[in-house]
Amino acid sequence: MKSDRGDIELAGVCKSFDGVTNVVDGVNLKIADGAYCCFIGPSGCGKTTILRMIAGHEDPTAGEIVIGGQNVVGLAPVQRRTAMMFQSYALFPHLTVRENIAFALRVRGMSKTDRLRAADAMIEKVRLTQFADRLPAQLSGGQQQRVALARAAITEPRVLLLDEPLSALDEQLRVQMRQELRRMQQELGITFIHVTHTQLEAIALADLVVVMEQGRIKQAGAAREVYAHPHDRYVAEFMGGQNVLSGCVEKVNGASFTLAQAAPDGIEVPLQARSSINVGDKVDIAVRRDDVALVRPGKELPPGCTTSLPSRVLAIEYQGYFVKVMLDTVPDDEFIAYVPEKTFFADPFTIGDVVVATWATGSALPLA
Amino acid sequence: MSAVLTDMPKTDMSKSVAPATTKAIAPSKGGRPWTFYVLATLFSLYVLALYGPMFCIYILSFQDIRGGLVFPMKGQSLHWFVDLFTQVRTGDVKGSFDRSIKLAVIVTIITVVVSFLAGLGFRKRFRGDTAVFYMMIGSLVAPGLVLGLGTGLLFQALGLNASWYTSALGAQLSWTLPFGVLVMFAVMSRFDHVWEEAAYDLGAGRWQSIRLVMIPVLAPGLVAVVLFGFTLSYDEFARSLQTAGSLNTLPLEIWSMTLNVTSPSLYALGTVTTVISFIVIGASLGSIVLIQKKRGSSAKG
Repeated sequence: MKSDRGDIELAGVCKSFDGVTNVVDGVNLKIADGAYCCFIGPSGCGKTTILRMIAGHEDPTAGEIVIGGQNVVGLAPVQRRTAMMFQSYALFPHLTVRENIAFALRVRGMSKTDRLRAADAMIEKVRLTQFADRLPAQLSGGQQQRVALARAAITEPRVLLLDEPLSALDEQLRVQMRQELRRMQQELGITFIHVTHTQLEAIALADLVVVMEQGRIKQAGAAREVYAHPHDRYVAEFMGGQNVLSGCVEKVNGASFTLAQAAPDGIEVPLQARSSINVGDKVDIAVRRDDVALVRPGKELPPGCTTSLPSRVLAIEYQGYFVKVMLDTVPDDEFIAYVPEKTFFADPFTIGDVVVATWATGSALPLA
Repeated sequence: MSAVLTDMPKTDMSKSVAPATTKAIAPSKGGRPWTFYVLATLFSLYVLALYGPMFCIYILSFQDIRGGLVFPMKGQSLHWFVDLFTQVRTGDVKGSFDRSIKLAVIVTIITVVVSFLAGLGFRKRFRGDTAVFYMMIGSLVAPGLVLGLGTGLLFQALGLNASWYTSALGAQLSWTLPFGVLVMFAVMSRFDHVWEEAAYDLGAGRWQSIRLVMIPVLAPGLVAVVLFGFTLSYDEFARSLQTAGSLNTLPLEIWSMTLNVTSPSLYALGTVTTVISFIVIGASLGSIVLIQKKRGSSAKG
């Protein structure tokens, strides 16, 4: 308890349950004090195990976990000054809201009047005053979540760990509680680490998004960076909103290269961060779905577009402010264009129409 | 809604409402199907067969001094209840009752404590856990009379005196413990491990976690184990027969009375023991209800 800082550093953290396979495989990460960090990945990618290791419910097989400059491996959650909010909230069913929230103070030996006063103050903070004497079973999902949050926050932790906190709620409540989590984080001014498998949740909340696969970090960065500039095919596909195409490099000319594809003239891609690229390399590129424009064959391409991929419309989904058009552009992968609603209905396509998919050349992104 | 109704012409309303009401009532007009009466008769016969014999005993125990062992009933009084506790010739009812209650209490305490600990232990797999489990079930299926006989012989071979608080206690535990543990398994399966984890996360030590979270959450289940332990021990006959030593427990005393007592005090004893059983069951169920009610009412306030 030397430091009040809640910055976290994971150094070479590994975890193996059976001694053979690593569930978490050499994770290095720095999380700033007071940041909202989201771990995202499919189930079984190790994100919850990392959370539980930071929380002190699991010990790493190798590596160090440093919170506020102190290696906390082997310490109890209380000594780490972390608090965890469990997936199903784990509220004690026999205790009222007030007693649940006061629990941490009770086991610390605080007197009854003191701890109930402290709990009441916290109850007010999460706006549950009128429910203080209810049992968890008599609360709605959103109220239960607030109790869980208050129960964790009363210990004044420097890091709050949330294990899929919104997964038990229905869609509408999820959006509402998402905002509440962010509000609480700003109010408490502490580090939040949030595990989720919903990319919308991650990019809406996080200062730092960590995308994981099979125990490794694939990419960690600001929400916009991870969404708009994915490192590789995995991140691009997991975060969504991108079409991923692959092909061989046909020629390299200065600041761009050409990808051999079904397109008559290949696909021109700016080199961007990629420095070494050779003719014949197999490369993945990503094109944002909302950057794809569809034109009727024979019509002129919009300015700045050099690629033209003839395709057939496979399906159309109306999504409100945009229309999702699925195309057969690439043989094995899906290729989707998000066309603004007004643009689409100015000249609507029907299933089976032949169109040309194109995009501004500068918006194509080579992947690692 | 009301605005819409007042706007509507009256004739229209009566027309549109009337057919709907007759239709809604229609299904309940048919009465009960014939299967209901067949099953109701069957159930009544079952209840009669189950409770009839017992009620014969209870009714006959309230005869007066002229009473005999068979119907018809001769007068009404509490004579045989008084006789039960005052006459020496009817046997040592008071002493055996005392012993049975004491034994049942000891058995209950040991059963609850051991079952709870076993419940905790069996949540994780350990070396030989299946073997331990089957050994436990084995003592449940072993014929009670044989097990009691064996226990008696073993005590004799070891040169120990068989008595209700040593050999009979052991023999009864071989019966109540597996029951208690099985009940505890069922109870434990509904205990979410994450509650313990949450308690640990909030700074509770092991003992605090058991005292403040596990025991209160499991309380209704523990009461069920108490109920099992107590009633199984209080009723136990086969295993106690060869292990109780020179002083009888109540079921043994009743059995010996059936051999030499030829008065309705035997029936009076049956009534008294039944009442005791019902008090214990009532108290157990009552405390479960009370626990739940307390949780409910504290929620309202």
